[in-house]
Amino acid sequence: MHDVSSKRIAHLHTAPTTFIRKYVFSLDHKVIGKQYYGLALVAVFVGMVLSWLLRIHLAYPGWHIPFLSKLSAAGAPDGVMTPEYYLSLLTMHGTLMVFFVLTNAPFAAFGNYFLPIQIGAEDMAFPRFNMMSFWTTFLAFVVMMASFFVADGPPISGWTAYAPLSAVGGDAGPGLALGQDLWAISIAIFCIGSLLGALNFIATTLDLRTKGMSLARMPYSTWAWFVTSVIALLAFAVLLPACILLILDRVAGTSFFIPGGLILSDKLQPHSGGSPLLWQHLFWFFGHPEVYIAILPSIGIIATILPVFTRKPLLGPRAFIGSMVAIGFLSYMVWGHHMFVSGMNPFSANLFSVPTLVITIPATILTLLLTASIYGGKMRFDTPALFCLGFISVFISGGISGFYLAQPSLDTYLHATYFVVAHFHFVMAVASLFGVFAGTYFWFPKMFGRMMNETLGKWHFWLTFLGVYCVFMPMHYLGLVGNVRRYSAFVDDYLAPLIPVHKFITIAALLTGAAQLIFFGNLIWSRFRGPIAPENPWEATSLEWTTTSPPPFDNFGGNHPVVKNGPNEYGVGGTDGNDYVMQNAAPKSA
Amino acid sequence: MGIQIQEAIHSGQTPGPPSLGAGAGRSTGMAEFRPERSETGVWIGIFAIVMSFAAFTSAMIVRQGASPDWRHFELPRLLYVNTLNLLASSVTLGLGRKQLTSVAGLLASATERAQQSYSEGMNWMYCTLALGALFIVGQVLAWRTLATQGLFLSTNPSSSFFYVFTAMHAAHLLGGIGGLAYMIRKLSKADRTGQTTGMRALCVYWHFMDGLWIYLFVLLMART
Repeated sequence: MHDVSSKRIAHLHTAPTTFIRKYVFSLDHKVIGKQYYGLALVAVFVGMVLSWLLRIHLAYPGWHIPFLSKLSAAGAPDGVMTPEYYLSLLTMHGTLMVFFVLTNAPFAAFGNYFLPIQIGAEDMAFPRFNMMSFWTTFLAFVVMMASFFVADGPPISGWTAYAPLSAVGGDAGPGLALGQDLWAISIAIFCIGSLLGALNFIATTLDLRTKGMSLARMPYSTWAWFVTSVIALLAFAVLLPACILLILDRVAGTSFFIPGGLILSDKLQPHSGGSPLLWQHLFWFFGHPEVYIAILPSIGIIATILPVFTRKPLLGPRAFIGSMVAIGFLSYMVWGHHMFVSGMNPFSANLFSVPTLVITIPATILTLLLTASIYGGKMRFDTPALFCLGFISVFISGGISGFYLAQPSLDTYLHATYFVVAHFHFVMAVASLFGVFAGTYFWFPKMFGRMMNETLGKWHFWLTFLGVYCVFMPMHYLGLVGNVRRYSAFVDDYLAPLIPVHKFITIAALLTGAAQLIFFGNLIWSRFRGPIAPENPWEATSLEWTTTSPPPFDNFGGNHPVVKNGPNEYGVGGTDGNDYVMQNAAPKSA
Repeated sequence: MGIQIQEAIHSGQTPGPPSLGAGAGRSTGMAEFRPERSETGVWIGIFAIVMSFAAFTSAMIVRQGASPDWRHFELPRLLYVNTLNLLASSVTLGLGRKQLTSVAGLLASATERAQQSYSEGMNWMYCTLALGALFIVGQVLAWRTLATQGLFLSTNPSSSFFYVFTAMHAAHLLGGIGGLAYMIRKLSKADRTGQTTGMRALCVYWHFMDGLWIYLFVLLMART
């Protein structure tokens, strides 16, 4: 153990003794963090399989997949999906990935496990709320998955559930009856779980920091989780009312989002005067901050991990934290850029374009600080470091296309094309997942007490890194030549010459997906057979590395560390042979 | 129910200033200074609730301007009584809190005056509980009044928003009533210490529910 000056305090709640209280309805933030991680793993597996099915259909639209006809006889007769069922699966892919993977894994999972430990606390501020938060999210997942098994399958309205399609009911098409009800209810429940979680993260960070843990001494990951939780608190507080109004339109006959005079399936809809644009405004007021809910935790995770492997401090810590806060603030001013083609006044479009371009400044500062911090470092190329470098690469690749999309005149052409698909997958999905991968390889030893296999990790990285570029880079070109998105097939129109590109992307997607099996296998193998992890295998400085691997029930064995340094003390010389100083150790100069 | 007043200060839970922004590690360790987490939680929750009602409000303004189908109607007069009722409940809660916190640090058997303060404080708490419940009943009666006039949830966007706003406020107030009932139960227990922990949080939330209702009432008067 390092120099552990500590204060002894009582734990917030007693240690559980039964299996149910230990592993199921647990109050322990570490167990809850693992539960979130497990839920995200299940969701990402389903989401990935869905993406395979979608890609196979795009490249080989006539292929028979027997499994599909068992899942939905109407949606995929003879194993070939109908255009509507393509949209159903697309909706579920987006919904599962955005809500249950990109929100859960980097934020709720790692945040739950490591935020309290990194600030020297024994648990979250409200352990019961924390437990409720996970189980509410789990219930949302079950309700969402149930839509696969109702009569007409999941909704076809996309993960954005645009009204009036999402609001009018079964007359508008398959999946829009019970399937859409389940979607709206699930997201409303998810909002409640996320609000409880965000409240907990904020209160914990404000109230439970140990002695010496000033805001300036918090690790970047803690800062990122804190800023993200503030964003989440305000964003999900808007999505929840939107979902309530949507549910009322669907089940109570109100007309918040449904205009008058709609005739669907030869029936005049009994609604009048609603505003479909109102849904878009409410949804995107949540939806754009949601992008940062997905990416900011990963940025914080990368900023925490990268200096460990460059063996030098991250450049500009205050600018880095300031940029994260600025992104959080600006994220509420840019939602209209998702609506450039909604018919909005061009002056309004310009009004949203300016802050969208402005938000690229702090994002660029973050990227440049990460990149420049590598210069002059003594790089250790372990798997977490590779994923950090990969993160910077994909974040830049995805970010650059954002400059173009931020301008209304260009977005008008590109908005409904694969250019946008490439953009958001790179900058939000893949970048965020690279943060999750880096975090997993980095923190697995602390979470499970065993090291992950490095060789498998490096195979996983290189196959994934090359794979995602093969999948998403060609989509930019598809978009530039006008390949529309959300269509289920291009065989009989002007886009038919692009089919070879789609085949290339599909094969790359299948191979990249298969590479994730290496990751799953590594997780399982290392959990039981990996080498025993020491307390601080990476020679890192933050407080989680001062306790055992895995940490005891109360994190620090009844003691709380007293913090004396920032988290950035790498590359410092000393007589003890170490080039770093733990946060709770005496400063080297002393 | 006997009189049980025990020491409120326990496990480092000291009544202190609002904890927002207070770094536990600024000058003292957690063992010496731990702000009441419940109050921090309530303030954070209030931010979220404000955001939710701001979303509902902007939806109302946009919906009213989206189409000429908006019909104005007269609010039930009972809402004025309900408003006074809720305001009175804040006063009674304040009186109860004052009595109970004044004796929070004393033992049950300390003095006769302490016993009297405790007893009075508890009476005010029960009074608050009753007024809170009465407010909910009053809101339900106001809905029934509208229903008798043929104004239901889906009749018109104005009535839709009336029901949504009042129902959402009532749901949040029910949370406050639950918190109040929990606090009363805690105060009544003989074998528990630190009963007044969370009292400030409860009061902040309850007064916020008052303020929120005043805002909604004015908004509904102006718009519906």
